Amino acid sequence: MYKLILFFLLLSAPFLQAQETISGKVVDENSQPLPGASILWKNTQISTSSATDGTFTIPYSSENMYLVISYIGYTADTIHVHTPQYISHKMTPDNGSQLKEVVVDKTRKSLERSHTKAANVSTMGSKELLKAACCNIAESFETNPSIDVNFSDALTGTKQIKMLGLTSPYLSIAEENIPSVRGASQAYGLSFVPGTWVESIQITKGAGPVVNGYESISGQINYEMLKPANDIPFFLNAYGDTGSRFELNTHFNKKLSDKWSTSLFLHGNTRVSKNDMNHDHFLDNPLGKQINVLNRWQYTNAEKGWVSFLNFRYMRDEKQAGQVDFDPDTDRYSGHHWGSEINTDKVDVSAKLGYVFPDMPYQSIGLQTAFNYHNQESYFGLRTYDIDQKSFYSNLIFNSIITNTLNKFATGLNVTYDKYGEFVNTTDFSRIDNSVGVFGEYTYDNVNNFSLVLGGRFDVHNRLGAFFTPRLHMRYNPWKDATFRLSAGRGKRAANIFAENQSLFGSSRAFNILDSGGKLYGLDPEIAWNYGVSFIQKFPLFGKTTEFVLDFYRTDFQNQVVTDLYASPQQALFYNLSGKSYANSLQAELNYEITMHFNIRTAYKYYDIKTDYTTGSFERPLQAKHRFFANVGYETHIGEKGRQWKFDVTYNWMGKQRLPYTGSNPVEEQMGDYSPSFSLVNAQITRTFSSVFEMYIGGENIGNYRQNKAILGANDPFGPYFDSSIVYAPVFGQMYYAGLRFKIK
Amino acid sequence: MQAQEKKSKNAKHDIEVKGNCGQCKARIEKAAYGVKGVKSAAWNEETQDLQIIVDETKCSVADVRAAVAKAGHDTDNLKAEDKDYNSLHSCCKYDRS
Repeated sequence: MYKLILFFLLLSAPFLQAQETISGKVVDENSQPLPGASILWKNTQISTSSATDGTFTIPYSSENMYLVISYIGYTADTIHVHTPQYISHKMTPDNGSQLKEVVVDKTRKSLERSHTKAANVSTMGSKELLKAACCNIAESFETNPSIDVNFSDALTGTKQIKMLGLTSPYLSIAEENIPSVRGASQAYGLSFVPGTWVESIQITKGAGPVVNGYESISGQINYEMLKPANDIPFFLNAYGDTGSRFELNTHFNKKLSDKWSTSLFLHGNTRVSKNDMNHDHFLDNPLGKQINVLNRWQYTNAEKGWVSFLNFRYMRDEKQAGQVDFDPDTDRYSGHHWGSEINTDKVDVSAKLGYVFPDMPYQSIGLQTAFNYHNQESYFGLRTYDIDQKSFYSNLIFNSIITNTLNKFATGLNVTYDKYGEFVNTTDFSRIDNSVGVFGEYTYDNVNNFSLVLGGRFDVHNRLGAFFTPRLHMRYNPWKDATFRLSAGRGKRAANIFAENQSLFGSSRAFNILDSGGKLYGLDPEIAWNYGVSFIQKFPLFGKTTEFVLDFYRTDFQNQVVTDLYASPQQALFYNLSGKSYANSLQAELNYEITMHFNIRTAYKYYDIKTDYTTGSFERPLQAKHRFFANVGYETHIGEKGRQWKFDVTYNWMGKQRLPYTGSNPVEEQMGDYSPSFSLVNAQITRTFSSVFEMYIGGENIGNYRQNKAILGANDPFGPYFDSSIVYAPVFGQMYYAGLRFKIK
Repeated sequence: MQAQEKKSKNAKHDIEVKGNCGQCKARIEKAAYGVKGVKSAAWNEETQDLQIIVDETKCSVADVRAAVAKAGHDTDNLKAEDKDYNSLHSCCKYDRS
């Protein structure tokens, strides 16, 4: 048991860093909350006791190192607290024979940048995720300065994320380290993951480790789902907003034995009424409904070192977009009213098996296997687009050490298989992709101020060929509270030009692929190198913790599938890069902790992204060169029975954005070269009434900023000037929401 | 008894080691890792306990004790020499009484 705990300690330790208090939870031998346990800093008067749900908060200062947790009838335990982490503590009955168990599971601070990992990783904990009350993980990133959330088009209301100024296809997005948003699900995949299911999100800026694949170029996002073994028996979340969107999430959890536990997650959402705030006769947001069901099983045998997860999921999502008067039953393909329907079915089955060698806590074997079926049937006006994808993924990882734990390595083998059935109108683009790869990653850590991760993988892919992917990450702490990082790596990927550019279907643009020699729609694979440096310095300002962060990353494309919207407003051209394409991004962050309950985060971001198009070298369209971000969070002290208020405000300013070329259209259907700059404000207030019940209200786009003309050619959607894909700002104005969360612990 | 058993490549041992602070921890662990055959070393300040996993075909627990004592830290049955103790940083000079 102890060894496994140590293993988890080692895993979680990198995410920990300084703050002013520590919180935790005390549970009994059956993992039930233990109220009234005494928590005391050794040799001090500073003490507290656990609440009815077992939770506690106690002031932290670095002089106090030993936390004594005691309760009558249980063995008193002393925990050595190196860093102010969240402590989950299990008490053992006082019979003297059982091992004591200390589990440090997750950090309390809502958004943290690691100071000890070699890669530039920040972790969003459950507290941060609650700041976005709605609805899926695409929206979770609104309070995170490293990720920009944009609208992809004026039809589907889909939010698109960007890192280092590059859109999500250049990110690798994984669910518990199994690639999830890829291929057919690239456009809408993030909206298929309800936010309440997610326990935490890890964001790696830059190349990222090789273990999860070769595809990531600008970064990796991994989200961890709630684990059945730690989940609460019942959770309910209901949400409604002035855009007539309603959501309901219910979670059920059952611990079947000391080894088996299971969770059932049910999600439903719907948008019931038609909104047209800008009076262009198009819906600002699609009508839609989604049902999403996930059943997870977890098996944990700590003594033997086994952990296993089994997941079964089904999802159906339906969207209807287009003109307000469009009726799918009578107007579909008619040319009478313009409309679109996008219906997606998804089935996922995945299994994970992990084994930690009982006498060697540093050695483990993991096997991940996933089968996914994704089927999207859709039409956009007179254009149809159907894509189905059957995927198999398997990854075997072996972790161990070389001579001692200062030198660790991971090695393994992975297999992917993707069978696509893809039809654009009647043209068949179906294909099968498969690959086999081996990888190795070496980590050196001097347990003090230096660590290095050197990774490489070799893959053989039927369309990308045989290729090597090197990645390097380095961390050095030159002086107190300072972290310097360096990373470099190569990424290679197959661009799914239609799936990734679905927003362009909502236009009269003709799709033209100018190359024909390649194996992917006639195009070559995308290859890019990414280099980055990062510096973090923490320092006290007026006695409070301040953090300054400076990140600079450059992505250099050796080949890119260029999506050219500069040639003509009636065309979307796709061709292999000839010339240069790069993305430079600079991010300066200043985070200030006024009190433990009052935090300010600010960030300035500069993007210089240029590509050589056939008509010349231009900035990437729909990307602001300058952005400013601020987030202020305030919460009151936790009162009697867990009563608390939380306030959160996010401000985003976006500089002017280059727009696709519309200069050859009639004057009234032109957009100009640049968008205006604008700012957006979101705010949320949460009232916790007790540890089981809370309510929240919030507003998005409170300043009511809307894009002046969201859809070109809206009066004649079957004419040559129609384009709903040029969206640089919200289409929908002010929106207010309210919701509640109810828990049974 | 131990000596008569088959030598384990992953033998777990606890050694009592005196020390004060994080600096001590880094020094103690570094000294332990300096012994060939030490696979894992973690010193706990509160329990004054150094938990090691060693390959007994390559080294013995006594070798680890010797290395730690050489770094200036008293162990359960091998004390550091005074000159090594005296060369410790002032904050690391644990109570020897």
